[in-house]
Amino acid sequence: MTDLLSLIFIVVGITFDLFGSIGLIRMPDIYNRLQASTKCVTLGTCGILFGVFLKFGFTAAGVKALVCIIFLLLTAPVAAHALARGAHRSGVRPCKGSACDKYAEDNSPAAAKPLKG
Amino acid sequence: MKFLRWLAGMIFIFGLIFLIFGYLQVSLQTKLMLYLLICFMLSLVRVFRGPTPADRSVATDIFGILVIGFCAILAVYTGKDWYMDIAIAWGLQSFIGVLALAKFLEGRNFDD
Repeated sequence: MTDLLSLIFIVVGITFDLFGSIGLIRMPDIYNRLQASTKCVTLGTCGILFGVFLKFGFTAAGVKALVCIIFLLLTAPVAAHALARGAHRSGVRPCKGSACDKYAEDNSPAAAKPLKG
Repeated sequence: MKFLRWLAGMIFIFGLIFLIFGYLQVSLQTKLMLYLLICFMLSLVRVFRGPTPADRSVATDIFGILVIGFCAILAVYTGKDWYMDIAIAWGLQSFIGVLALAKFLEGRNFDD
């Protein structure tokens, strides 16, 4: 029973990873790519690690899997936020269909160009 | 044209999944690893043809998170504990590397 449950968690996790990678390919813009891929891949890898925890139980490897889940949930959004900030400051603009760019407006209201479309 | 690109991509990805789970006569462990290798391949495509350096950095970040899951699957099916150590260490290295890449994209010093 536990083996089957851990297998289900691992397969669902890998499916979420696949969806995140497809989002990384398909989306038109770096911010959309971050949005689509980071959340999906974080949740999918957490699913895989929870499946590993169910498989091993409260042994050394299982507790390490739980620690890895907590670590991943703490660090992946921080890394994504730093990447988005660095990309925006390096001059990458949002794609044409974007509605607004609040970060540029907050930083320099005069220099922010209104986006078309 | 856009529809044709959609169709080609979907046929490619779902054909790979169908090939792995339907035709290959290998163990379940190898099937799961090949299923995860599709994700690695897709993120590497974005590394190769990203238009800006920021896109490549994002794909590197995703690649580093995927390696953690790969090490976890290896730990299940080989029964060795130390693959989880590799997963935690790889997560730390990937996090610090991505922060350094973000600083580098901003064009600032690392001790800022």
